[in-house]
Amino acid sequence: MDIKVENITKSYGTQRAVDRISFHVKTGEILGFLGPNGAGKTTTMKMITNYLLPEEGNIIIGGKSLLEDAEELKKHIGYLPENNPLYLDMPVIDYLEFCAEIQQIPKEKVPERIREMVRVCGLNQEKHKKIGELSKGYRQRVGLAQAMIHDPEILILDEPTTGLDPNQIVEIRKLIRELGREKTVILSTHIMQEVEATCDRILIINKGRIVADGTAESLSKQVQGQELLHMKIEDGNPNEIFKALQQLPTVELVDFMDRQQNRFEIQSKPEMSSRREIFSLCVEKGWVITEMIPVETKLEDIFRELTMN
Amino acid sequence: MKTIWIISKRELNSFFNSLMAYIMLLLFLTFSGLFTWLIGSDIFMVGQASLRTFFSVAYWTLFFFIPALTMRMIAEENASGTIELLLTKPVTDRQLVLGKFTAALLLVIISLLFTFPWVITVSSIGNLDQGAVLGGYLGLTLLSAVYISIGIYASSITNNQIVAFLTALFIGIFFQIIFDMLAGTFSGLLGEVFHFLSLTSHYESMSRGVIDTKDVIYFLSIPVLALKMAENALAKRNM
Repeated sequence: MDIKVENITKSYGTQRAVDRISFHVKTGEILGFLGPNGAGKTTTMKMITNYLLPEEGNIIIGGKSLLEDAEELKKHIGYLPENNPLYLDMPVIDYLEFCAEIQQIPKEKVPERIREMVRVCGLNQEKHKKIGELSKGYRQRVGLAQAMIHDPEILILDEPTTGLDPNQIVEIRKLIRELGREKTVILSTHIMQEVEATCDRILIINKGRIVADGTAESLSKQVQGQELLHMKIEDGNPNEIFKALQQLPTVELVDFMDRQQNRFEIQSKPEMSSRREIFSLCVEKGWVITEMIPVETKLEDIFRELTMN
Repeated sequence: MKTIWIISKRELNSFFNSLMAYIMLLLFLTFSGLFTWLIGSDIFMVGQASLRTFFSVAYWTLFFFIPALTMRMIAEENASGTIELLLTKPVTDRQLVLGKFTAALLLVIISLLFTFPWVITVSSIGNLDQGAVLGGYLGLTLLSAVYISIGIYASSITNNQIVAFLTALFIGIFFQIIFDMLAGTFSGLLGEVFHFLSLTSHYESMSRGVIDTKDVIYFLSIPVLALKMAENALAKRNM
C-alpha cells in the first residue's frame, strides 16, 4: 500500500506545526523523516495514523482516503508512537495478546503471531515479566512487537531505536530493512547514521515544511555543488604555494588551514575538479603532496544547512 | 461489539490484577454493611424485613465509590499516552468509551452481587417484598450507570486522576441532592424541570418497586448524553 499525503496542515493554537506538507511513499520504500525537534515529524505521523485529523488536505492510503475509511485503513497500519507508551501493569504476553485481539487477528492465529513477535524482537526471556519491570530497550522491543503483530502493510515508527544499545540498534535496523522490502515504512529520527543506514529516501522537515526530499546521494549533490579539498603540500614556501594554487584556472578559493604545516583548503569552481591541475603543478615545482582529502558533504552538513537559519 | 468487549476485558483484568479492586470492594462492602446492619437506623432499628436501609445506604456509597473507580479510566491513558496507541488501532473513540463504561458497570454489578447474602439473610427473618428488592437492585444498577458515565466524562477531559475524581463528584452532587433541593425552592415549570433532573426521586420510586417509563427514560438518557460528551472530549485529543 502506498501513502499519498496531500497538503496536510495542522496547527496548535496559532503555531503551525505542519504547513501544507505533501509527499508520496511507495510500497517497498523506507522513508526517513529528519528534522530538528519540533519540526512537525511527530505531528505528521500522528495524522497518518489517524490519531490527529489534518485541518486541511488529505491522506490517501492504498487509493482510499484516510478521512473516509479510517477504521478499515487503520488495520493495515502498525504504529510505534514517540516515547513508546505501554500498559506498564500488563505482562508482555498478555499485552501482545490484547494487541493481537484488538487488531482482529483470527483467534487460531494469535498464539502463532505472538510467538513470532517474541522471536523476532528477542523477548523470549522477558515475556512473562510485567512491562513496567523491563528496561527501556526491552520496552522498545515490546513497542515494536505490538506495531508489527498484525503483519501490517504500513509501518510508522517514531524514533524506533531510542534507548536501544548498539547491538540492538543494528538488529532493529536490519529488521526494518528486511520489512521495508515488502512494506511501506516511514520512520523518524534525528540520528543521521540511522537514516543513511536504513532509508531509501529522506525527507527533511523544518518548521512544518519539507525542505528537502531525495536519496542521501541526491541531497548531498544538491547542497554540495563545489569540490572541496584539504591538502598538505610539503617542500615549498607556503606563501609561494598559496599564490601558485590561486592562479590555477579551476581553483576558486584557497585558504590556509595551517600555515606552519603547509595545509590548505581549496575550493574548486562549480562543476570543476582541480585535483589533476594541482598534481601537475606540484610535479612541475617539485613540491610533495602528502595529503589530499576530498571533503564530502555529509548528511549532517546538509541537515545543518537546510534547517539552520 | 467485539472490540468493546476486548477493551472492557483488559480493563477488568488490570483492575483485578492490582490491589485496587480488592480495596474498593472491601470499602464498599464495609461501608454499606456497617450502615445497613450496625450503625444508625439499621435494619434492627427499623424492625422490618426490608432492604430499604441498604438501598439508601448504597445510594450514597456508590456516589463516592464510582468516581474513584472511573477516575483513572481515561485520564491515566491520557497521561501515559496509551490513548494514542489504542486509538491508532482499529478502535473508534466510541468503542473506547463504551468499553470503559461496560468494564465499570460490570465491576459495580460484581460488587452488588457480593451483597446478595444480605438479601438471603433478611428474607429468612421475615417476609421480603421481592418486587422491591428487584426494583432496588435495578435502581442501583441504573444509578451506577448514570454516575459511571459522568465519571468517564470527567476522566476524559483531563489527564489528572484527582481532577477527574473531583469533577465527577462535583457534577454528581447536582444529581444527587442539589437538583432535588432546587426542585423544592422553585415552583411551576422550573420546579418540574429540577424535579425531573433530580436522581433522588427517580431512584426512590424504583427502589419501592415501581418502574415508570419516565424513570427509565431518565436513567437511559443521562448515560447516553454523558458518554456522547466523553466521546466528543476524546475527539479533541486534549490539545
